[in-house]
Amino acid sequence: MTPNLNLWLIPVLPLAGAAVNGFLGKKSSRAAVSVVALFFSGAAFAWALAAAFRAFDTLPYQEYLAHWIRSGSFSADFAFYLDQLSLVMLLVVTGVGFLIHIYSVGYMWDDAGYYRFFSYLNLFLFFMLTLVLANNYLLMFIGWEGVGLASYLLIGFWFTKDSAASAGKKAFIVNRIGDFGFLIGLFLIIQHFHSLNFTQVFEQIRPSPPETAGAGVLTAIGILLMVGACGKSAQIPLYVWLPDAMEGPTPVSALIHAATMVTAGVYMVARSHGIFERAPVALTVVAIIGTLTALFAATIGIAQTDIKKVLAYSTVSQLGYMFMACGVGAFSAGIFHLMTHAFFKGLLFLAAGSVIHAVGGEQDMRKMGGLRTYIPVTFATMLIATIAIAGIPPLAGFWSKDEILWQAYQTNWVYWLIGLITAFITSFYMFRLLFMTFFGDYHGVQVDEHGRGSHSHGGHGHGEPHESPMVMLVPLIILAFFSVVGGLVGVGNRFEHFLAPVFGSGEAAQTAGEAASRGTELLLMAVSVVAALLGAMLAWLLYLSKPHLPQKIAAALGGFYEAVVNKYYVDELYATVFVKPLVDGSTRILWQGVDRKVIDDTINDAADGARHVSDEVRHMQSGNLRSYAGWIAAGAAALIAYMIWLGVGR
Amino acid sequence: MVPLSYYLVLSGILFACGVAGFLIKRNIITIFMSIELMLNGVNLSFVAFAAHWHALAGQVFVFFVMVVAAAEAAVGLAIIIAVYRTRETLNVDQVNLLKL
Repeated sequence: MTPNLNLWLIPVLPLAGAAVNGFLGKKSSRAAVSVVALFFSGAAFAWALAAAFRAFDTLPYQEYLAHWIRSGSFSADFAFYLDQLSLVMLLVVTGVGFLIHIYSVGYMWDDAGYYRFFSYLNLFLFFMLTLVLANNYLLMFIGWEGVGLASYLLIGFWFTKDSAASAGKKAFIVNRIGDFGFLIGLFLIIQHFHSLNFTQVFEQIRPSPPETAGAGVLTAIGILLMVGACGKSAQIPLYVWLPDAMEGPTPVSALIHAATMVTAGVYMVARSHGIFERAPVALTVVAIIGTLTALFAATIGIAQTDIKKVLAYSTVSQLGYMFMACGVGAFSAGIFHLMTHAFFKGLLFLAAGSVIHAVGGEQDMRKMGGLRTYIPVTFATMLIATIAIAGIPPLAGFWSKDEILWQAYQTNWVYWLIGLITAFITSFYMFRLLFMTFFGDYHGVQVDEHGRGSHSHGGHGHGEPHESPMVMLVPLIILAFFSVVGGLVGVGNRFEHFLAPVFGSGEAAQTAGEAASRGTELLLMAVSVVAALLGAMLAWLLYLSKPHLPQKIAAALGGFYEAVVNKYYVDELYATVFVKPLVDGSTRILWQGVDRKVIDDTINDAADGARHVSDEVRHMQSGNLRSYAGWIAAGAAALIAYMIWLGVGR
Repeated sequence: MVPLSYYLVLSGILFACGVAGFLIKRNIITIFMSIELMLNGVNLSFVAFAAHWHALAGQVFVFFVMVVAAAEAAVGLAIIIAVYRTRETLNVDQVNLLKL
């Protein structure tokens, strides 16, 4: 007998927090706002933990809340579904979310929109948890759109800044493109399976054989769902919004644009594994998109100088890994990487926020350097996160990334090779970031006693770079701890076995064959560790040992380097191919042509015509009674004449 | 036996005279008389049809019309007298206070 878990409380608690802060926060003190925000997000985390303990052995657990849509045989309800997959997501979202809430108290303390920030942040948690816990695609879609909204609000949090406002809009619009695909996918599911409930849909699909010979309904659904995932999880070709999203406050970048929301696409694909496993072509599309994105974004990350932009491209690249894993059918490896990534990338962003805080709002790494003596705790945690993401054992990133590479190798060695190259590049740009920021000499503006120089977003004067307050450091330390040990749950395929009830025996079959190729796996492991170490070495060589080398290399590469620095001109390409024709078409044809010439002119001409006719006709209204009578008589006569002519009554 | 059409033509002529008088005349009493003429033209067609179809309804209807006409004459003439007393004219074109 499953106990009643009251899962609905988990999303509703942050919603209550958002409402309290949103409506009352303006009048409340900062302390009160913090207490409310932390209480409700922390309560959600506690409740999620409690649910995890109580239902651990009885998963999957269903909770039905209320009717929503009943139309014929179709139904979608407010109902929640908790299995191993959603449990992992649930704990990651609430746990990391809660830590980032704590961190934000310190980071956002001086901001005028303090209460607004926490209201949005809690709202985001509500939608994200709805997304994760939904038992049908439609409820998931609510959460999906909701996190998009929260993301938009938070990217544009400093909306008076033009770039932030337009970055928010960009994120929103690019996501709409993906959502369009997602929606069509949902319509196809409704049409063919008459349901959006996960369990019902997958049960109908299970007996059918894989669509091997090319396209079919499931392939179409799979690819459309992937389009949606591309938008939300920033994959090629829809990744362009994520780097711009760094305009938002750094805790937002950590929570939404690294740890949780952007992984919603991976979660959705993993959730739909029943569909993808029957549609090999769609699965291949996922793998190719993921692999290309991983490599592509990593190469852009090399040449970025904004500390947050590097991390943003790194996020895109790591998400590519997760999709690569899903694409080769290793869903649990993808989710494993999702989890470890949430730890170390959340940590990286928070540490970057701490760095930015320390140097007074500066984000350009060229103006940092030598910070490790000023901010030792931040340095230590960032070092851990960097080692973790680079994939050096025994930290978290190593286990998950290696699992992905191993699974990819078993499907096709090309994926593995590109993944390996990406791992090398990842290690390189992460250590580049570390060296540029924390080693060497401080290149920042030394602020003298009069507080001149670097401008702080917080407004308080900066002398030397200073360590962040404890409230920001504690989340860093906790996340660093998880970045170290988080990967150990995956040792010996334990994580995979944990998720096996969700993803079925598809991977268990591979596990069986694993024993024979144990040697290969170890070899590959060694190769990827060497690649990671080489990347770190190269970064050390270029940015610490011989700091003048990068410029020479850049000069030698010439045009290619330019292209990388300018992110391969993808934004410019989109602007020329999509945005400009759209704007021009809207302006010239739809606005000037259709709206002005057709619609406006029709209405204006109709009004003018009516006025002219009325000008003439109003003379009939003379007020002379007998002329009216005359008109009546004439009208009656005309009517009678007409009826006689028609022959009425004959 | 006089055919029905004769009555109807006469009725039409009476009604037309009434309309013409109503439209052309300016004296309010003449207009009033023209209205009576129209009513009687209609009455004539009523009784003619009633006789033709051997139905009593038409004849009964005429009584009603006559009652209404009498009542109307009583009210109308009273109004005319009142108008004459205040305006000292019977010309309808000069009774135009409500006109803009």
